[in-house]
Amino acid sequence: MAIRIAGVSKRFGEFQALHDVSLDVTDGELTALLGPSGSGKSTLLRIIAGLEVPDAGEIWLNERDVTTIPPQQRGVGFVFQHYAPFKHMTVFDNVAFGLTIRKRPKDEIQRKVRDLLKLVQIDQFADRYPAQLSGGQRQRMALARALAVEPEVLLLDEPFGALDARVRKELRAWLRRLHDETHVTTVFVTHDQEEAMDVADRIVVMDHGRIEQVGPPRELYERPANEFVMSFIGPVNRLGQTWVRPHDIDILLEPTDNATEAMIDRVVYLGFEVRVELTRTDGSQVSVQVPRGEAEQLELKAGQIVYARASRERVFEAASSVGPAAPAA
Amino acid sequence: MTAASSAAASGAQAVATNGRQARVARLTVRGIVLVYLGLLLVLPVAMVFVRAFEGGIGPVLQAISRPAFQSAFMLTVTITAITVPVCTFFGVITALAIARRRFPGRSILNSLVDLPFALSPVVIGLSLFLVYGSNSPIGEFLANNGITVIFALPGMVLATIFVCLPFVIREVVPVLREIGTDQEEAAYTLGAGSIRTFMRVTLPAIRWGILYGVILTVARSLGEFGAVAIVSGKISGKTITLTTHVQERYEAFDIVGAYTASIVLATMALLVLFGMQLYQSGRLSRKGSSEEEPQGLLLGPVPAAGTNSQGGA
Repeated sequence: MAIRIAGVSKRFGEFQALHDVSLDVTDGELTALLGPSGSGKSTLLRIIAGLEVPDAGEIWLNERDVTTIPPQQRGVGFVFQHYAPFKHMTVFDNVAFGLTIRKRPKDEIQRKVRDLLKLVQIDQFADRYPAQLSGGQRQRMALARALAVEPEVLLLDEPFGALDARVRKELRAWLRRLHDETHVTTVFVTHDQEEAMDVADRIVVMDHGRIEQVGPPRELYERPANEFVMSFIGPVNRLGQTWVRPHDIDILLEPTDNATEAMIDRVVYLGFEVRVELTRTDGSQVSVQVPRGEAEQLELKAGQIVYARASRERVFEAASSVGPAAPAA
Repeated sequence: MTAASSAAASGAQAVATNGRQARVARLTVRGIVLVYLGLLLVLPVAMVFVRAFEGGIGPVLQAISRPAFQSAFMLTVTITAITVPVCTFFGVITALAIARRRFPGRSILNSLVDLPFALSPVVIGLSLFLVYGSNSPIGEFLANNGITVIFALPGMVLATIFVCLPFVIREVVPVLREIGTDQEEAAYTLGAGSIRTFMRVTLPAIRWGILYGVILTVARSLGEFGAVAIVSGKISGKTITLTTHVQERYEAFDIVGAYTASIVLATMALLVLFGMQLYQSGRLSRKGSSEEEPQGLLLGPVPAAGTNSQGGA
């Protein structure tokens, strides 16, 4: 189901959570709302679900204006940040909740819940209580519960935020696979750019209640609309008015045009790549990423004097660094 | 004895000394608590039982069979039977309003709920007297319509409800705040309306808070004296509750009668406590460990405002 967000604003007391936000999500797409805390991404998600009512603007699901429709009638599944399990119900009853509310026949509920529990690989825990599950299992139970009512839109609020790194990676891949199988329009909120890049078809970057840029992960990385997006998606060096990615800097042993002199502070081996931390003659710090082979060939080591040259850099207009930034790339 | 073994021995001795010290400390703490509870709680209550049965079971049975006792007993049970459902129903609604809704005056309401804790029951009784007594417009209006409040059952129920009002609210509000709105919102997105969400999600989550509030309400309405005594007028055989019956018997030098009524009160309260304890332990063994532990009867959350005014009667 397609989602259309038109001119939505929301204020909590003195805090303006969303400023006139508009966004279209196409049917079957997996979209990430990415931004720092307080950027309004969770509020936007809750407004789509009907858990918050916008002060202004409209929410459309396909051809239906749902702005004033309560969450019960929107046909959306919502997975909460801390999973919101019904603690007094077993895993089975949690997943069956939506179907029981819809008064489906008992055998249908049985069959469907069993299938879903298998899908999320917690069928052996059907009779347990949520407190007896691990974080990852609870998360999958919450997903199964949301999927049980066959929502046309699946909304996830920081779905992996409370999990440890390994489980998070697993569930990320699993969510991607699940989406590829079911094609439910999915929107998830995250503050982790790597997670957004990894899972989403399209990323919506938000800051201070506004959308900064919308696009596929690669486009955002390669053609960021402004300084905020550039610095939020991937590491970046700021050199005066220009912004350079660490891997867009060449390290040379001899001075040339456009190269500035710098001293190596540290050489960090990260696996395939090597991070070289430099201090330029003007005192600014620069982080450079080079392939391991190149670092070895140049015999880079701390204390060495080298010449750094940006092979690709970006200059943003000063106005775009603060305040409203129209996605203009 | 080699040096090594003597070192080991002195080490063992040190461990033994440490162990002894820890044991002494533990026993001291235990002793202080036991003496404290013993002198303040167990001894007085036990003495009531001892004194009541001093002359054997005969006088006790005789005291129980008196019509004055029986009408007092029935009156107290009736008042409790009306008070508890009313306080529970409105208590849960008020708690929901305080914990879940945003409206002007919410914080005033929140403070107002503690008023019965702050006021002496005698003052509560007098204030009801002022509003519903025959000298007031409301009392006059009610009297003209054939309803007597003061010196009758309605007034006594009102007084008991007034006094017991905060218990359920003060037990349920913190539980509601603690569980947060996540589970309720999850139920909404799954299609449950507010009534079904309350019945199937909120109510099971707060039931231990409600139960604890009910226990306190029962105990208090059985034992309330001051407020009820004022509005009852203590009409013999009509508006004498068990507590006023105790006082009346005591003043009439009928010691056995006074103690008998006292042990009936104490026994009812103890039964309520034991019933709850049994229910809890039964539930625990049934369900195994779970995150959502009940508040232990004795360790459960204490009402926000001091309950020490309870003894104000």
